[in-house]
Amino acid sequence: MKIAVLVKQVPDSDEIRMDPEKGTMIREGTGNIVNPLDLNALEAGFVLRGKYGGEVYVISMGPPQADIALREALALGADHACLVSDKFFAGADSWATSLVLAKTIEKLGPFDLILAGEKATDGETGQVGPEVAAMLDIPFSTYVSSIELCDGGIEVRRTIEEGYQTQYMALPCLITVLNDINEPGMPTLSLKKKARRAEIKIFNSEELGVSKEEAGLAGSPTRVVKIYHPKISRQTSFYSGREIDEGLEHVVEILRDLAVL
Amino acid sequence: MLRNLTESKGVFVCGEVRRGKIHSVTMELIGKARELADKKNTDVTCILFCGDLAEVPEILFSYGAERILLIKHEKLTYFNQEITAKLLSFIIKKYKPEIVLAPATSEGRTYLPAVAAMVHTGLTADCTGLDIDPENGLLLQTRPAIGGNVMATIKTPEYVPQMATVRPKTFRIPSPSEFCGEVIIPEIPDNIFESRIKVMEMEYNSANATNIQDKDIVISGGKGLKKQENFSLIYELAELLGGGIGASRPTVEAKWISYPHQVGLSGKVVSPKFYLAAGISGAVQHLAGMQTANKIVAVNKDPDAPIFKVADVALCGEIIDIIPRLIARIRKEMN
Ligand SMILES: Cc1cc2nc3c(=O)[nH]c(=O)nc-3n(C[C@H](O)[C@H](O)[C@H](O)COP(=O)(O)OP(=O)(O)OC[C@H]3O[C@@H](n4cnc5c(N)ncnc54)[C@H](O)[C@@H]3O)c2cc1C
Ligand SMILES: Nc1ncnc2c1ncn2[C@@H]1O[C@H](COP(=O)(O)O)[C@@H](O)[C@H]1O
Repeated sequence: MKIAVLVKQVPDSDEIRMDPEKGTMIREGTGNIVNPLDLNALEAGFVLRGKYGGEVYVISMGPPQADIALREALALGADHACLVSDKFFAGADSWATSLVLAKTIEKLGPFDLILAGEKATDGETGQVGPEVAAMLDIPFSTYVSSIELCDGGIEVRRTIEEGYQTQYMALPCLITVLNDINEPGMPTLSLKKKARRAEIKIFNSEELGVSKEEAGLAGSPTRVVKIYHPKISRQTSFYSGREIDEGLEHVVEILRDLAVL
Repeated sequence: MLRNLTESKGVFVCGEVRRGKIHSVTMELIGKARELADKKNTDVTCILFCGDLAEVPEILFSYGAERILLIKHEKLTYFNQEITAKLLSFIIKKYKPEIVLAPATSEGRTYLPAVAAMVHTGLTADCTGLDIDPENGLLLQTRPAIGGNVMATIKTPEYVPQMATVRPKTFRIPSPSEFCGEVIIPEIPDNIFESRIKVMEMEYNSANATNIQDKDIVISGGKGLKKQENFSLIYELAELLGGGIGASRPTVEAKWISYPHQVGLSGKVVSPKFYLAAGISGAVQHLAGMQTANKIVAVNKDPDAPIFKVADVALCGEIIDIIPRLIARIRKEMN
C-alpha cells in the first residue's frame, strides 16, 4: 500500500496561557507540535503498512520550520517526507490549503490511501480532509475510529452523534481519524538519528504547478476581517468550608430559574 | 464560483433529518436565516434530504422558510457524504443561492467542505455568530478559534455562495408564526445517487447515551474524582437532573469513560443551560469546550483552580463530600 498522511504543525496549546486581566492569550514563546490527531493518522498508516506492506509518505504545507514536524514523523517511522513551502502559500484558508495538498498528492502519487486528522487544534475547521478528497475526486470518510481492509476496499467505523456508522469504500480514498483509533507510538533512538539526517523534499508553487493567484491568501475565498478576544465575564460566587450549604442552595436556585426543578 | 460571474440570490438552509425526524438545528438555522434574509430583502429556502419523513415538511414554514426543496430517496436513509455533497452542489448550481447555512454536526462538517471544494467557494466552520454587513450586504461569519480564546469574523467577499456551518444550540428556535410557502420536489439526475461509498450498518446509542451536545444539562467529571468508581456520583447526579455525562481528557485516557463523553478542544464542544464540573482543573483545552454554557458550577478542592474563573458558582472542597450533599439537597427539592 502506498499511503500519504497529511500532517500539520500547530502551536503547542499546552503552553497557551491566558492573561487573567485581559482574558487574552499569551502566545509569545509557545512552541510548535505536530497536530495531535495527525499522530493518530500517522499511527493508522503504520498499522496498515505493518499488515499489508508498503510505504508511508508524510506531507505538510507550512513555513520552512514545519520541517521539524516532518522529522518527528520520520522518527516515528514514516518512510518519506515532503514539505510544501512557498511564501505565496502563506495565509491560506482551507480551500487554498487543500488545493496545494491535493496537487502535492497528485505529484507524489498515485496513493492507495490518504490519512488526515479530523481537525487541527489551531484552525479547528476539520475541512481540509474532505476538501482534498473532493479536489482529487476520490471517496472519503470522516470521524473514523477504526479501519479494516477487506474485499479490496476499506471498511471504516465512524463515531457520530447517534452512535456508530460503518461504511465501505473502494480504494483510493481519504480518511480523517479521531483520537480513539489508536495510541500513537514513540520515536526510537535509531529512527531519531536517521530522521535528523534525512533529506526532506521541498516543493514550491512552481514545482507544483500552482499559480500565485490560486494559492495562499490570494487564492483563499474567505477573509478574516476581525479578531477579538471574547470576555466571558462571570460573577463567581465562591463557597468553601462552612459556606458550602449556602453554595448548594445557590445551585438549587439556579436549577429552579432554569426550570429544571 | 466567482461572484461577478454569477447572479446569486436567497438564503438556503440545509436541514438535517435523523431517523425520519427533522432535527431541531434545522429550525434554529431557519430562524437565523430569516433574520439575515430580512436584512437583505430576500427569501429563505430549506433543503431537506431524507430517506423518509415522519412529519410534514410544511411545519418549517412557520419558522420562517418560504420554500422547501424536498429530496426523498432511499439512498438518503443513512448518511452518505458522497451523495449528499453531489446533491447540494447540484442544487447550488441550479438555484444559485447567495448564502448557504448548514449545521456543524458530523454530517454538515463532513459534506459541506466537499461541496465548498466542488463549487469553489469559501466555508466558515462552526460559526456562533452571523450577521449582514450593512455596507455591502456580505455575510459576517463569526467563529471561535484557538480553543475559543479568540473570536474571528470572516467574510467571503468574491465567491458565492457564502457558506457557513453553524453550531447547534447557538441560535434560538423562533416562536412559530403564520404558515405559508411552497414545497418543491426538484428533479434530480439519477447518477447523483450513485456512490463509491456503501453504508453498511448503523449502531445507535441507547436513549440515555444521546449525544451530550444535545443535552441542556451536562455533568462532567475529571481526574479529581480519583478513581473510576467515583464516576458513579456523576452518573447519579446526571440521571437525577436528566443530564448528559461529560468528562475531561485524562479520565477518557484512563478509560474511566468513553471518548464520546470528552468535552473540550479534542472532544466535543457543549453549550448547555447548566454545566457542572467536578474535579476538573479547567485547562484551556477543557474550557474551550464548555465556557459558553449558560450557567457553570464547579467543584474543586483547589481554591485557585482555573475552572473557578469561568464558574458562576464555585464550590471549594471535597467532591465525595459535596456531590452527595448536592444530590440529597436536589432530591429534597424534588419531593
Ligand atoms: C492539544 C490538546 C488538546 C486537549 N484537548 C482536551 C479536551 O478536548 N478536553 C479536555 O478535557 N482536555 C484536553 N486536553 C488536556 C488538558 O490540557 C488537561 O490536561 C485536562 O483537561 C486536565 O484534566 P482534569 O482537570 O480532569 O485533571 P487534573 O488536571 O488532574 O485536575 C484535577 C482537578 O481536580 C481537583 N481535585 C483533585 N482531587 C479532588 C477532590 N477530592 N475533591 C475536589 N477536587 C479535587 C484538583 O485540584 C484539580 O484541579 C488537551 C490537551 C492538549 C495538549
Ligand atoms: N498545512 C497543512 N499541511 C498538511 N496537512 C494539513 C494542513 N492543514 C490541515 N491538514 C490536515 O487536515 C486535517 C484537518 O485540518 P483543519 O481542516 O485545519 O482542521 C489536519 O489534521 C491535517 O491532517
